[in-house]
Amino acid sequence: MDLIKLEDIHKTYHLGEIDVPVLKGITMSVERGELVALMGVSGSGKTTLMNLLGCLDRPTSGQYWLDGEEVSRLSGDGRAVVRNKKIGFVFQNFNLLPRTSALEQVMMPLSYTAEELPETEWRKRAKALLERVGLGERLDHEPSQLSGGQQQRVAIARALVNNPPLVLADEPTGALDTRTSEEILRLFQQLNAEEGITIVIVTHDPGVAGHTKRTIRIRDGLIENALQKSA
Amino acid sequence: MRKFYRTLRMAVNALRRNIMRSALTTLGIVIGVSAVIAMMEIGQGSSSAVQQTIANMGANMLLVQPGTASSGGVTFGSGSVLTLTPDDGDAILRECPSVISVAPVVRARTQVVYGNRNWVPLYIYGTTPSFLEVRDWQDLQEGESFTDREVRNGSKVCLIGQTLVRELFQGESPLGKELRVQSVTFKVIGVLTSKGANMMGLDQDDILLAPWTTIKYRVSGTSATTANQSAATSSNVAGVNTSINSLDQLYPNLDNSQLYDQPSAIQQADTPQPIRFANVDQILARAESTEAIPQAIRQITGLLHERHHIRPGQADDFNIRDMTEMTKALASTSYLMAGLLLCVALISLVVGGVGIMNIMLVSVTERTKEIGLRMAVGARARDILRQFLVEAVVLCLLAGGGGG
Repeated sequence: MDLIKLEDIHKTYHLGEIDVPVLKGITMSVERGELVALMGVSGSGKTTLMNLLGCLDRPTSGQYWLDGEEVSRLSGDGRAVVRNKKIGFVFQNFNLLPRTSALEQVMMPLSYTAEELPETEWRKRAKALLERVGLGERLDHEPSQLSGGQQQRVAIARALVNNPPLVLADEPTGALDTRTSEEILRLFQQLNAEEGITIVIVTHDPGVAGHTKRTIRIRDGLIENALQKSA
Repeated sequence: MRKFYRTLRMAVNALRRNIMRSALTTLGIVIGVSAVIAMMEIGQGSSSAVQQTIANMGANMLLVQPGTASSGGVTFGSGSVLTLTPDDGDAILRECPSVISVAPVVRARTQVVYGNRNWVPLYIYGTTPSFLEVRDWQDLQEGESFTDREVRNGSKVCLIGQTLVRELFQGESPLGKELRVQSVTFKVIGVLTSKGANMMGLDQDDILLAPWTTIKYRVSGTSATTANQSAATSSNVAGVNTSINSLDQLYPNLDNSQLYDQPSAIQQADTPQPIRFANVDQILARAESTEAIPQAIRQITGLLHERHHIRPGQADDFNIRDMTEMTKALASTSYLMAGLLLCVALISLVVGGVGIMNIMLVSVTERTKEIGLRMAVGARARDILRQFLVEAVVLCLLAGGGGG
């Protein structure tokens, strides 16, 4: 069963009088439970594709099916709900809220949709997730008191707090040293294997792609080939 | 409700993260709010100061004058008819319940001399001791007031105001000293406290108070024409003046003194004293309160109609003035001033609000990344809007509370 299905997606940016076509007809799919790498050089359109996958932007034409729902024509509010419930984001520069404790970072997405739950429930869930990623003793640490790897873990915990079926990671190890990168990638693999979360990692680094089960290459706005790689 | 509480908490946390900036932002509104409050206090204070001043000048005072009422001028008609008597004053005090004190006034305008200095006071009032009560002038700077007995006797005592002390006595204590009013020697028994200028700009301290009987019967010059003692005056003393209609001219062949037979001593003793018709120039009355003034006016009018035998339809031979026009003018000035100050304060409050608006704008621009993150995580546009609005409102409320 496909979690993601893209059909002939085009995306063109209109900058004043100039039209810049970035994606020129993407067709691809990702099944549930896959651990996929999306590879391409800068300018290939991988960031744009990532934005579309994350429902942060709308394609100019084409269709995007996410978890059985066609989401490319949704309104801003509709897409916000999808982002909250179906997708978890992990960014290259962590994007944690400044001067906020780790527990509250992870609790933050819950305030937008899980309003009916009491706060104690939120705390429990956040705590469990932080323990899952290995930060059980640093619940009240602020980002300035956490190392890069630890911050990324907090971000991962935050991405998981709403139990999304899909996690999108945009260069998650770009700001980390090799050893910490290794830890983070290992964590992704764990989450994928143990909990069946579908993870798409966007990267330009073949080493990172080597940790995934499949690599999709994109070049000049088109998919080159979808290589099946053995883990 | 719970959502609101959470939004509130989030807003407070966001503000707390940058506490210095939040505090400085609120400064604008704090100043604005405290300015508004201060202006209102000043406005209140000034209007009660105005009330005080009005009371000082005798806000509850009524002025009863003889002569028919006319608009404008104070002396118009007054003196043209001599119809107010001191008994009218007593009757008013007895029979008008809204009037708490009454003082008849006889006016004079003449020169006052002490040593080698002279002065023509603006006010020479012959009156009773209750004048001080009517004018709320009972605290004397020195000495004491004259008494009813001195009024009955026509004693030659007087109270003088600060301007006379300055002009005639040059600051030394005038108590016990004697001065001359129209060649009549008065002893100063008291000094009035300073009252300053009245609403029309006339110096209230330029005053000499004496028993009305003394002023009326011993001091001539109740007309405003002659104020100079050294000029030939008074027609009361026969034979001295050479003005028109002197008895000299009428009977050129006779000595003045021989016009009539001189009565013998016994005849003189048996001749009854002529009853002097005493009239006063004004009667001052004090109503018991500002609200009682219309009532007091009605009562005095009714009483004088009766006493002067005025039938309905006839014109009054007196008029009653109160101070309400002037107090209204003063009050409206003070309201105007208070209103203007309030406007200025409101403007400063608006500026404070604009300050908060600016900072919120800066804050939003600065937190673009945070906003982006929240939206990526699932916030809708209106969630973000609500968050920033609540932050702004919390800032305003805190600032308003601080300013208040």
